Amino acid sequence: MTELATYNFAYLDEQTKRMIRRAILKAIAIPGYQVPFASREMPMPYGWGTGGVQVTAAVIGPDDRLKVIDQGADDTTNAVSIRAFFQKTANVRVTTSTTEATIIQTRHRIPETPLTAGQILVYQVPIPEPLRFLEPRETETRKMHALEEYGLMHVKLYEDIARHGHIATTYAYPVKVEGRYVMDPSPTPKFDNPKMHRSPALQLFGAGREKRIYAVPPYTEVVSLDFEDHPFEIQSFSEPCALCGARGTYLDEVILDDKGGSMFVCSDTDFCEDRQAHGHCGHLSANPAEAAE
Amino acid sequence: MSTNTQVFEGGFANPVMGAQQIFRALMDAMANPGRVFDVPELVAAPAPLTPVMAAIAATLFDHDATVWCDKSISASKEAIGWLKFHTGLELVSDPAAAQFALVKDVAAMPSFEAFAKGTSEYPDRSTTVILQLDGFEGENVLTLRGPGIKDTQDFAPSQLPKMFIDQWTGNRAAFPRGIDLIFAGREALAALPRTTRVAKKEA
Amino acid sequence: MYVAVKGGETAIRNAHKLLADKRRGDRSVPSIRLDQIVEQLALGVDRVMAEGSLYDLELAALAIKQARGDMIEAIFLVRAYRTTLPRFGYTLPVETAAMAIERRISATFKDLPGGQLLGPTFDYTHRLLDPELAADAAVEAPEERVEETHEPAPRVTDILGHHGMIETDGELPEGTAPGDLTREPLAFPLERDLRLQALARGDEGFLLGLAYSTQRGYARSHPFVGEIRIGEVEVELEVAELDFPLTLGRIRLTECQMVNQFKGSAKQPPQFTRGYGLVFGQSERKAMSMSLCDRALRARELGEDVTAAAQDEEFVISHSDNVQSTGFVEHLKLPHYVDFQAELDLVRRMRAEHERRDVQETAE
Repeated sequence: MTELATYNFAYLDEQTKRMIRRAILKAIAIPGYQVPFASREMPMPYGWGTGGVQVTAAVIGPDDRLKVIDQGADDTTNAVSIRAFFQKTANVRVTTSTTEATIIQTRHRIPETPLTAGQILVYQVPIPEPLRFLEPRETETRKMHALEEYGLMHVKLYEDIARHGHIATTYAYPVKVEGRYVMDPSPTPKFDNPKMHRSPALQLFGAGREKRIYAVPPYTEVVSLDFEDHPFEIQSFSEPCALCGARGTYLDEVILDDKGGSMFVCSDTDFCEDRQAHGHCGHLSANPAEAAE
Repeated sequence: MSTNTQVFEGGFANPVMGAQQIFRALMDAMANPGRVFDVPELVAAPAPLTPVMAAIAATLFDHDATVWCDKSISASKEAIGWLKFHTGLELVSDPAAAQFALVKDVAAMPSFEAFAKGTSEYPDRSTTVILQLDGFEGENVLTLRGPGIKDTQDFAPSQLPKMFIDQWTGNRAAFPRGIDLIFAGREALAALPRTTRVAKKEA
Repeated sequence: MYVAVKGGETAIRNAHKLLADKRRGDRSVPSIRLDQIVEQLALGVDRVMAEGSLYDLELAALAIKQARGDMIEAIFLVRAYRTTLPRFGYTLPVETAAMAIERRISATFKDLPGGQLLGPTFDYTHRLLDPELAADAAVEAPEERVEETHEPAPRVTDILGHHGMIETDGELPEGTAPGDLTREPLAFPLERDLRLQALARGDEGFLLGLAYSTQRGYARSHPFVGEIRIGEVEVELEVAELDFPLTLGRIRLTECQMVNQFKGSAKQPPQFTRGYGLVFGQSERKAMSMSLCDRALRARELGEDVTAAAQDEEFVISHSDNVQSTGFVEHLKLPHYVDFQAELDLVRRMRAEHERRDVQETAE
């Protein structure tokens, strides 16, 4: 406990939490709009989840059960580090189970298991401004949002189609929230975009370095930008997960040798392990005898 | 009890956990418009502030918050003293300059137009109006639709501002500018963000 | 059979142990003490205090030791600690005219009240490595000024100001408290108070490069060093119960007043303009770079065309903080398997389509 003595519950001081909490309430009231907040310096580097950590710290309480994932996995080093931070500073219960968690902090994925009402998904966001790569100036992009001037974004997507035959944006694929704000979903693969639409969970987004918080309330329209002749579509993988045999999940490619050998496994480790525990097998799983399914 | 004790006492027994608990209820309420969330009475403030109203103030206000209070609250030295002592808030006399407004006398409150709606570039620079109510079993039932609501949500606050549906429709039309409402009942609270569409419930 | 990689937790624990071991290095070499760092690596300590924006010699020394001499890491450690400190109040503006001067030079006047004082500077050292220093030779005591009464040394800009030759210091509108970017989110365009705060915390190297660019013609401002002064000033706090300010202590500062390109109009006689730099500790390079950048960033205010990077407020201020910059550049080390997989998939698909087209065209 001596370690805890010098820091407040969940690290942030109460005044900082109040400031973040006020921003969160506004963010929920204006879905997809980026609320500026006085992001604090955190004891981890900017760009490594300081926004998500501040949001989680302002929200979390003793009754919560926290799950932290990075790339869909609970065991990636940065997920481990952030989970340990909250265990240390908030003494909070943690879990790797998507269904058991009340708060899930994530970087780059939305869990495969559908979220339920009452759950909170906290995204770590590097660049919250979806228009930033078209227009680097904050003063300009703010005007574009105010005027609902999103033509440039459509032009960019259409230029992709002209050049490559595809919309070349595969992650951080822009969405429109409740028919008003164009929003960056954080660098999740576009595979995950449909999960945001009318999700029963509350989705909160924290960008620490860029000092913005935004939100999507439950059951809110989240539509990926597209064109009539080029409708939005998600990636599909030709083979099932090599470990749990799941189809229709997002897969990581794992290189097995230097001769081009690779396999595909679920990026959502909790989902994959749960399936394996329930007897599902893939062609490379630990017990191939049971892979008859 | 002397005025001084009234002013200095009655804050959260555990400020960290108390504020967290109230905030979670507020956040859930804002994310689920019209749904009523039970909260325990964690603070005791001088009249006319009710425990829930005072707990919301203690959770959200500090010296970075500008707050407007209606006449029945600002008339009570004890209530104002309590708010100042426990939150450090900055009182303002112009509701359009307030980040928050505390309203005890709901029927007599200023029109929604009197509060800050934010700008089109910064729609978050708007007033969150906190209304003190008897409860959520009023006679007039409203049907709510919009973000945070799966299909529809019934909502029956015991008191409502004058011409509420008209005023709220105007507020809704200004989106993304607009005010947000928080309702402080007895041992319960609810909220209406500016996104919610409101109609009289069909019989 | 394949077993997924596990053990992030163990890996992190072991990495921390290894780091601690490397930090300590050869155990037969004595561990460096904080007072040694404070005394003998003083300019490093000053930089950590300045960019960490916390004036505490010992904590800065600890940060340098903990960071194994990595200055930006040390600055980061200080910042992350600073952010948890409660605010008790705001001191009065420090009075640099009343500074106990250790060094003071002016490039604009040969002599002036208070005189020129070279002080402890590298300026005229020959940059020859000194083997005696390695051998730890004894060091002579310095010459010290005998007279106790210091002649007042008014700021050069104040002297120029008496004759209206230089613009006055900008005044904030009545009742405006100076901003604080650590408490409020930045909203561009900024006022000069917030810009100066950002520059004071900004990365020395980044500001140095930008300042240099203004000298090479990217927003040239014809600068003259009106004055650089280094020394200690008193820090005072007004306390409600007292009718005089309470002295909390003294801090060492470096102040640079740059005298720049004059301006004038049909209505206004020409006047020199200012660029200002103020930094914790002794750091002329930083204070001078800051004052050149401050002047360049006043382009809009002074009605000059914004043509160069150093004049572009959003560009300069958004990228001057090295804790932010290093965090985001270094975050590229974090796993990006998921987004990379998405890109990989798209490129594979497009290549396959390309191949099909080629085959088709050959067939035709």
